[in-house]
Amino acid sequence: MKQLLIVGGGTAGTMMANKLAPVLDDSEWHITLIDEHETHYYQPGFLFIPWGIYNKNDVIKPKRDFYPSGIDVIISPIEIIEPDENRVKLADGRVISYDLMIVATGSRINPGETEGMLGDKWHKNIFDFYTIEGATNLRNFIKYWEGGKLVVNVVEMPIKCPVAPLEFAFLADWYFTEQGIRDKVEIEYVTPLPGAFTKPIAAKFLGEFLTKKNIKLTSDFSAGRVDAENNKLYSWDEEAIDYDLLVTIPTNMGAEVIGRSGMGDDLNFIPTDHHTLQSKKWENVFVLGDATDLPSSKAGSVAHFEADVLFENIQRYIDGRPLKPAFDGHANCYIESGFGKGILIDFNYDVEPLPGKFPLPGVGPFSLLQETRMNHWGKMTFRWVYWNLLLKGAELPIEAQMTMAGKKRV
Amino acid sequence: MAEATLAGVTVERDDEGFFKNPDDWKEEMAPELAREIGIDPLTEEHWKVIRFMREDFKVKGQVPSIRRMKNEGGISTKELYNLFPKGPAKKAAYIAGLGKPHGCI
Repeated sequence: MKQLLIVGGGTAGTMMANKLAPVLDDSEWHITLIDEHETHYYQPGFLFIPWGIYNKNDVIKPKRDFYPSGIDVIISPIEIIEPDENRVKLADGRVISYDLMIVATGSRINPGETEGMLGDKWHKNIFDFYTIEGATNLRNFIKYWEGGKLVVNVVEMPIKCPVAPLEFAFLADWYFTEQGIRDKVEIEYVTPLPGAFTKPIAAKFLGEFLTKKNIKLTSDFSAGRVDAENNKLYSWDEEAIDYDLLVTIPTNMGAEVIGRSGMGDDLNFIPTDHHTLQSKKWENVFVLGDATDLPSSKAGSVAHFEADVLFENIQRYIDGRPLKPAFDGHANCYIESGFGKGILIDFNYDVEPLPGKFPLPGVGPFSLLQETRMNHWGKMTFRWVYWNLLLKGAELPIEAQMTMAGKKRV
Repeated sequence: MAEATLAGVTVERDDEGFFKNPDDWKEEMAPELAREIGIDPLTEEHWKVIRFMREDFKVKGQVPSIRRMKNEGGISTKELYNLFPKGPAKKAAYIAGLGKPHGCI
């Protein structure tokens, strides 16, 4: 019996297990999945917690509910992965050997990378919203805040869900307007990028949104340290930005076990073929989702499109066929823009977000690079789609590869 | 600018002045490239960064990140910003004749 090992049971690993379990010949292949945590978080929902739109219970379910039957699930931290030996050592000393491994260990925030960030003021007036603790603690702060200066800062790229900090700023504008204290809240968006977003057309479009919502944009700011005692954020060039409330998107890194195992780059992301998703170093290792070093967005939609490609390549690998270089960097992101509206962007490695209609060309119902109510409903409906279809590996009516149909060159 | 003559050699560069082919680069070109972006003179500390970048690029095939320069090159981020103010990765890559570092998404 051969062993297919999936390391990581988050969005990417769970999808993959669900896709592969029904199709692999169970007289030849056995699937084992390892994860150290029991709880699955709907991470896109963290954005809504600080505003009281979602609470903790809206974003939590047991991981077990989403794993397919017929696979072995091991709940344990991993001591080390030894890809040269085709084996994984668990924290309790057990050794799991594999013939084929899919690594889906994700990415997480690492606030300790920034001097002064983790101290007395962490989760007092400096918060992240990329963890359940950060999002809920921030909710408790915002609920009673009477105003002041809010700074939303991206420390460095890449980050998971690169549009989330912008959405956070848009929702802040909406929330404090609803609370009747928008005139007492100053909002500044501070980013290391040269504009509001990476790609020029979307950067211009989203930059105009910031202006329209009276959110100050400070670009090309590389955060070097926090002086938490004096409420100041400093760049490496010693420029200072004052804040009363700092919402940070700290440095994002891959799992520590990837670093320990010598499998990652300086951020513990795994060098991965951009199109086949095979590890660049080990031919029987594939990488999925945020764990890769691909120059694509780190997002559930990307993991979903990758999973379609990897599903085919795993079968090709098992059957001894050449891999298909089919992943094109496709990402699809709803951007909540406040006041019940949203923006949608769809892009890949080569084509930046363009205006148009999605998914049906000319029809929609969603509009690309435009603000509509329908896009907001797409975003809100997505939670249901996520739990009920996406994680279970169901086919969605969107192709893995991006299409130009319905898009307008500008 | 498509072509430019540096240290007597004609090289191809992109619209922002980054080298299209890193093999075209020679050490003699660096001072002139540095002057173009306001760094003058190039000190031994600058050279340490440039040499590390060239070496690492040769091995890895990509422009090293600021974190990599710290971890592997032993050059602190603070020092990098002192040497190449406002965007050390980009500026050092410019002078080292490497392509523009991949912007992340």
